[in-house]
Amino acid sequence: MSRFTVSVHIVPRRGILDPQGQAVTDALHALGFHDVAGARIGRHVVLEVAAADAAAATTSVRDMCGRLLANPVTEDFEIAMVEAT
Amino acid sequence: MKVGIVTFPGSNCDYDAWHAVQLLGASPAYVWHKETSLDGIDVVILPGGFSYGDYLRAGAIARFSPIMTAVVDHARRGGPVIGICNGFQIACEAGLLPGALLRNANLQFVSDMVRLRVENADTMFTHAYAAGQMLRLPVAHGEGRFTASADTLDRLDQEGRVVFRYVDAAGAVTDAANPNGSMRGIAGIVSAEGNVLGLMPHPERAVEAVLGSTDGLGIFQSMLARVSA
Repeated sequence: MSRFTVSVHIVPRRGILDPQGQAVTDALHALGFHDVAGARIGRHVVLEVAAADAAAATTSVRDMCGRLLANPVTEDFEIAMVEAT
Repeated sequence: MKVGIVTFPGSNCDYDAWHAVQLLGASPAYVWHKETSLDGIDVVILPGGFSYGDYLRAGAIARFSPIMTAVVDHARRGGPVIGICNGFQIACEAGLLPGALLRNANLQFVSDMVRLRVENADTMFTHAYAAGQMLRLPVAHGEGRFTASADTLDRLDQEGRVVFRYVDAAGAVTDAANPNGSMRGIAGIVSAEGNVLGLMPHPERAVEAVLGSTDGLGIFQSMLARVSA
């Protein structure tokens, strides 16, 4: 078994009202960043996982996202990085 | 009749639920979330609060507490379950009810008395009310914006499973009367089989005149009458 650091991005699904993202968008506009068309605010989870290889670590984290880390009704997740540690 | 009130770490409305149940002559019992059995319990209340500090998402971790396996089994067998506020969030996370409860649209915690309309008075939790009856119940939550896919919302409407909606004094569903931005003004729903109720307002805090409203009694009276029958 090796150790892997796996990071996951979890964000509100596109089309679902994200008031935090809206507030941040408004604030960026107030600062003059008019090129910002929208923002979505989610979570970034960094997991330390013991697995045989990177593929196994990814599979396991995907399962974790489906069962706990993300809400399948309202959120999308993306495994952003898998790194041996 | 025995009403089990599940206490999670961070529950804070379990005592209020106890009081409401006792007031109506039923026997309340606290069930610690680490327990695994609901033996002898006829009805389950998932009370309000901030289980596990609302970490990750409200209700997301409580849903995996040991007792929840027994709660889900109880519900699948047709046993009544009432999820109030955090309990509604937990019931959704556990898949007992559809949808999810997200951060209030205005990003503020809301603690207020709201007006509700009884949309379906033909459920085991609402038959003591008249259809269309207006209620005043308190709300106190930061994450109460009911959200579901359009298909799910249509199904809930078609099947009469929206039991309470936020309305204004004239009985209209408006943005101004909606304290959290819930889709279609939804404040409470029941499961397809009708034995699981989830709602964000607190009926257990509206059971005596001294509390400012007695409009919450009907939910407990309806349910107790049906279970005793």
